Amino acid sequence: MPSLKDLRNRIASVKATRKITKAMQMVAAAKLRRAQEAATAARPYAERMATVLSALNQRAVREGASPLLVGTGREQTHLLIVMTAERGLAGGFNSNIAKLARADANKLIAAGKQVKILTVGRKGADNLRRDLGRNIIERIELKGIRQLGFVNAEDIASKVLAMFEAVEFDVATLYFSEFKSVIAQKPTALQLIPAKLPEANGSDDAKAAGAQAVVEYEPDEDAILGYLLSRNISTQIFRGLLENAASEQGARMSAMDSATRNAGEMINKLTVKYNRQRQANITKELIEIISGAEAL
Amino acid sequence: MAQTFTFELVSPEKVLLAGEAEQVQLPGAEGDMTILPGHSPLISTLRPGVIDVMLGGTRSRIFVRQAFAQVEPDRLTVLAEKAQDVAELTSAVIADELAAAESELAQAKTDEQRLVANQAIATLSSLRA
Repeated sequence: MPSLKDLRNRIASVKATRKITKAMQMVAAAKLRRAQEAATAARPYAERMATVLSALNQRAVREGASPLLVGTGREQTHLLIVMTAERGLAGGFNSNIAKLARADANKLIAAGKQVKILTVGRKGADNLRRDLGRNIIERIELKGIRQLGFVNAEDIASKVLAMFEAVEFDVATLYFSEFKSVIAQKPTALQLIPAKLPEANGSDDAKAAGAQAVVEYEPDEDAILGYLLSRNISTQIFRGLLENAASEQGARMSAMDSATRNAGEMINKLTVKYNRQRQANITKELIEIISGAEAL
Repeated sequence: MAQTFTFELVSPEKVLLAGEAEQVQLPGAEGDMTILPGHSPLISTLRPGVIDVMLGGTRSRIFVRQAFAQVEPDRLTVLAEKAQDVAELTSAVIADELAAAESELAQAKTDEQRLVANQAIATLSSLRA
């Protein structure tokens, strides 16, 4: 049975923890709003890019197209770009992405493929290091960056493109967490190279683009498509980074919310226990006094 | 006859400029061009250079790099990875851009890449003057 003093100390320490988790939750909420704004602001560019790409994709000549679109013709070496956060304490955010990447990597290894891993963010590297450490070829850290800019995505994209030109891999897949809502983040794998372009016959927008067949291209379609495909890599990576940033804050916010609630429950339980204990002590002392008096 | 068309300048981070424009001059990959209302559909990459926008009677000049333009019957969208108002271009920024273009020229492997880098250097030098 813990003494009254022990209980008092426990309550004080849980209260301090609750203050910290509460503060982290509020910080995450503020950062989440900013991250969401950044993700929304970046959407028009990506959407426009996708429309033009899918319109071009239908028209461009298939033979001799850019290897970014049709691939190298092999599927032997896979590059997994695993994007996670720089910090933990965000619920299952980091481990969910790592889990998805690990499952895919093991599947590829079992199928006899070669797997190379490029990690963005410290937590993913830490998580994958234990069993896939030999496959990690490079670790990019984004520490100390307050506001993610397009330059960050460009840095990663230029590394990936340089590796592709040096024929170091055949297929590249991007792993990040898609931001569905504050409480739902979905780990996602997105194939970057060869590019998976959306088919242009779904939306009305794309139909309209296909209908006006008399679009002039300067320079010709293939040149523009080749140019845009390489730009598209950085756009996709940028999108992944922003989605990830929003997801991280969302995951941290809900994790800290439940931590705060748990701490509150624990304080209540401990307080009840403390009061009972105190009452029991008083009763015990009274019994001792009374029985002492009776004995006289 | 519409006197204006919808113009949008979009960077990866946000929409920089949007509105009804009377005319826009673009540094197209195969020569400068001016887009007026009712221009035929066109998709073109842009050289690093200055786009000149007449937007509601005011004229803005914006330096863009890594950009391309999409012209639809009543709409023009410019997607630019780098965009900056010429008025805000300080000599330090121009020097940075020049250095970037020069390193691109040094690394260029094909004639086309060399041409693009040279054009960028020429445009930037004229801006500095």
